[in-house]
Amino acid sequence: MFKNFMNWIEYRMPFMEKMNLHVMQYPAPKNFNFWYFFGSLAMLVLVNQIVTGIWLTMNFEPSAERAFASVEYIMREVDYGWLLRYMHSTGASAFFVVVYLHMFRGMMYGSYQKPRELLWIFGMLIFLVLMAEAFMGYLLPWGQMSFWGAQVIISIFGVIPGIGDDLTLWIRGDYVISGATLNRFFALHVIALPLVLVILVFLHIIALHEVGSNNPDGIDVKVPNEGQKFENNVSDKFTFHEYFTKGGKKIIVDAIPFHPYYTVKDIVGVVGFLLIFCAVIFFAPEGGGFFLEPPNFEPANPMKTPDHIAPVWYFTPFYAILRAIPNDIAGAIGMFAAIIALALLPWLDRCKVRSVRYRSTLHKVNLVNFVISFVVLGVLGVLPATETYTWIARFASIFYFGHFVLLWWYSKNEKTKPLPVRLS
Amino acid sequence: MSNAPVDHGRRRFLTIATSVVGGVGAIGAAVPFIASWNPSEKAKQAGAPVTANISKLEPGQLIRVEWRGKPVWVVKRTPEMLKTLAAVEGQLRDPGSDDDKQQPEYAKNQHRSKKPEIFVAVGICTHLGCSPTYKMADFDAHVEGIASGFFCPCHGSTYDMAGRVFQGVPAPRNLMIPPYMFQENDTVLLIGADEGTA
Repeated sequence: MFKNFMNWIEYRMPFMEKMNLHVMQYPAPKNFNFWYFFGSLAMLVLVNQIVTGIWLTMNFEPSAERAFASVEYIMREVDYGWLLRYMHSTGASAFFVVVYLHMFRGMMYGSYQKPRELLWIFGMLIFLVLMAEAFMGYLLPWGQMSFWGAQVIISIFGVIPGIGDDLTLWIRGDYVISGATLNRFFALHVIALPLVLVILVFLHIIALHEVGSNNPDGIDVKVPNEGQKFENNVSDKFTFHEYFTKGGKKIIVDAIPFHPYYTVKDIVGVVGFLLIFCAVIFFAPEGGGFFLEPPNFEPANPMKTPDHIAPVWYFTPFYAILRAIPNDIAGAIGMFAAIIALALLPWLDRCKVRSVRYRSTLHKVNLVNFVISFVVLGVLGVLPATETYTWIARFASIFYFGHFVLLWWYSKNEKTKPLPVRLS
Repeated sequence: MSNAPVDHGRRRFLTIATSVVGGVGAIGAAVPFIASWNPSEKAKQAGAPVTANISKLEPGQLIRVEWRGKPVWVVKRTPEMLKTLAAVEGQLRDPGSDDDKQQPEYAKNQHRSKKPEIFVAVGICTHLGCSPTYKMADFDAHVEGIASGFFCPCHGSTYDMAGRVFQGVPAPRNLMIPPYMFQENDTVLLIGADEGTA
């Protein structure tokens, strides 16, 4: 009976065929470690943001007069409104935590290298849309930091020579940030950007499954079939979709089906993640002033600037670069260049060895340099810009961009270790 | 089915012509979507000039007038304040107000105003849009030896009593001077329009 029903469906739409291709018969390298949790966790947080976001719109009123009050209404009067709101606001920070770790995984294991360049580009587009989404979402509660943070970020477009002033006027829809700005940001935040985000995530996964997942050793698990034998090949025990074996032209070595092996593994990751996520939601929902900043508990007041304006923590590395450069046009260019540099990694890294495990000591040091400069910039972006901090930010910016310049320079003739034939 | 030979030239012409017409249509259809982001008529109305009565302004006093949602400062400068304008010029980025976008022609002078004592400026830092604080008597904590000026708490930019930015701070330009004119025997200040536009 059930089988007949499934056959009826399959005849009209290849449901099981696609499930096999992408889930049950998808070959995933057997050596995925801790760092491979963050892709599925990003999906989990995306679902959390969409569901809690839909519920928040049921009580939120996107107008300059009502926005702040309606958020307080959600917090105080709506049953479990506080939980939905904190799940959403903490979820935004969690999103960036997992996405930053996910991106760093790609940098460590060279997952951006050929043939995964387009996969990496889709990932960078997701990152950009995510930043726009988070920025627009932060304006919606209409608190002091919502207002003044948006003021600072929109002004960045004003430095473009010639069209800057008209462009900022067009973005705001008013001579200042007003209800018109709030309304359009609301529309973009709840409909336009989430749609783009979901489409990009879909393309990211399609591109991933076309080229196959990388792994901590950075070697291929699909090798051309030349009649060679592989001892103790765990993959012999499983059936993989013929799309991946290309009708016997490829042998799959040391890979296991995504389901049930990695679905179950990812559940462990989800449990660990939820432990921390729930602890924050229930015990520190404001994240010590980093997830929701203190001035944002005051309604927006265009006549009174807060003493110190800092963006939310996930923007601070790029904000610190903006502030470090004394010229405003150069500062804006520097900030965007910091993101573009990441997107160009597949072409800046000219080494043929992917994983950091088999690359030179210089590369390892350079990766550590990247992490330190990124974190230092992130910390400085939160602090007020004193002269000392500005100079530290300048050096950190040089080290940040230095990572990419150095990488391009030494990767051409890098002294690498011999690659293993099989996954370790 | 017709057996006539395929006319490739005609087929190519029709393909290109259809694509061009379709493309023009798509661009045309984008106009209302892009234009709807411009300030609405209501917002433009709210951006109209405003007036302020300045007949009771005390020396040294600053009043804020809201124009287009921005704070506009009107300060009645004391003779001492006007004297320091010449003294600080060596420490300024643009002492001669050479950046013409930052003020109307009639404010391109040392005191950056129509009348030396009345200073009118948009109170928004040219760095990233914060509103600086008026330091009437304790500005020397920020610039040594200068008693009064404006200090931006966001990123530490400093301006003198004519809204001219000091060197070595993040703000790139002098404060914006809006168009303005005096009415009714100089007791009323109109902000947002001047003799040229009104």
